[in-house]
Amino acid sequence: MFEAHLQTDDAPLLVAENLGKRYGRLKACCDVSFQLYAGEVLAIVGESGSGKSTLLQLLSAQLAPDDGRVAYRMRDGVLRDLAVLGEAERRLLFRTDWGFVHQDAAQGLRMNVSAGANVGERLMAVGWNHYGKIRDTASSWLERVEIAVDRIDDAPKVYSGGMRQRLQIARNLVTQPRLVFMDEPTGGLDVSVQARLLDLMRNLVAELGLAAIVVTHDLAVARLLSHRVMVMQGGRVIETGLTDQVLDDPREPYTQLLVSSILPA
Amino acid sequence: MIPMIDIRNAEKTFVMHLQGGVRLPVVRGVSFHVAAGECVVLAGPSGAGKSSILKMIYGNYRCDGGLIGLHHDGALVDLAKAEPRDILRVRRRTLGYVSQFLRAVPRVAAVDVVAEPLLADGVVRDEARDRASHLLARLNIPERLWALPPSTFSGGEQQRVNIARGFISQRPILLLDEPTASLDSKNRAVVLDLIAAKKKDGVAMVAIVHDDEVRDAIADRLVDVTSFAA
Repeated sequence: MFEAHLQTDDAPLLVAENLGKRYGRLKACCDVSFQLYAGEVLAIVGESGSGKSTLLQLLSAQLAPDDGRVAYRMRDGVLRDLAVLGEAERRLLFRTDWGFVHQDAAQGLRMNVSAGANVGERLMAVGWNHYGKIRDTASSWLERVEIAVDRIDDAPKVYSGGMRQRLQIARNLVTQPRLVFMDEPTGGLDVSVQARLLDLMRNLVAELGLAAIVVTHDLAVARLLSHRVMVMQGGRVIETGLTDQVLDDPREPYTQLLVSSILPA
Repeated sequence: MIPMIDIRNAEKTFVMHLQGGVRLPVVRGVSFHVAAGECVVLAGPSGAGKSSILKMIYGNYRCDGGLIGLHHDGALVDLAKAEPRDILRVRRRTLGYVSQFLRAVPRVAAVDVVAEPLLADGVVRDEARDRASHLLARLNIPERLWALPPSTFSGGEQQRVNIARGFISQRPILLLDEPTASLDSKNRAVVLDLIAAKKKDGVAMVAIVHDDEVRDAIADRLVDVTSFAA
């Protein structure tokens, strides 16, 4: 099915087949297969060491799998195996069609250059060169993520944790990607800051019709953001389904343990 | 007449792994159907499995066997075996659910909570807000609250926001879980009117109600859930 022309709306955007990754004798990720469709938000949940971050790196071509493969439907409608893409093509994907929101904003932002430049940089990478237009677009994105426009010339190192995450989101979405990867996007933030960020992400994802793969250990994040959940344990997907179904009617022992461990608000 | 809901031999058992794998059979042999414009009320004491059946129809609880047939876009879809994205599709177009409790999203204004299903249907924002405001007014939610997130509202107000959200869009199938519980008589009458209007529009409904008066007012037929005891 790879390299096939799939032009219909019903073709998956991303296909993972039997993905596996070993570190020495440790199987960090084993036999993971799924399909992601345009506009669909998938949460990968599990505790530390369950393999969810490794899986995210495999899916976003930052790590090469030992087994299996990942294919992505490019804007021309062709589903292509990520492993056969050239380095330049992969970089272009990262700059345009994909976004990546890191838990640690310092990994996703340039901490010492201005917020405006952080957002503008992605536009320049795709060929924008008109300073006024870049600045206008950057300010309108700062507004969308609720950062006061008079902070546009400040560097993110003087921003709060919540603002840094919102700036990362603006930087990622400015090129209108179709797929965004998020690695614990609300990790390490105060609860009130988390709520604001989640609400913002939820609205943007719905408005822009984005597909997203969100790695989180927080089931509340999964419930609020995702349509579908994959539960990982020991590198394997042990349960998968509609988010409210998995969380309200968990079937596997480990999922039942995770769900029962949530503290009531 | 094609039934909008056609359930055959559906069953559900919970296995509690954290309690040593205890098996809790909830229902089995669940079979009934609902026509367009008909309201079927699930009858039976607490714990008989009424809510579980409603959640199985919504796709919120998984079915261990049988068929949950829903008429969607001109075809019968078996929700018990549907893929997640198909269940979402059915919910978006065909299947509505009014639960007892509002799962409030932080920071979203009441009027937008209510308008959201209309936006999903493609109604423009201004019109969706207008219709949401109209329905909130009809359910006696004071106008000063419309722009506030319902998480700060009283229980009764939250429930009415939830009812408005559930009734605002025209889904051909509607599931009602105690839609009038803890409402005063004035608001209960409004909900009865809303249900009557849905019937006229040909909406198929399955409801759980404990109030005898409300049940007599809305039920076209009762389905005795105790006959599905597992």
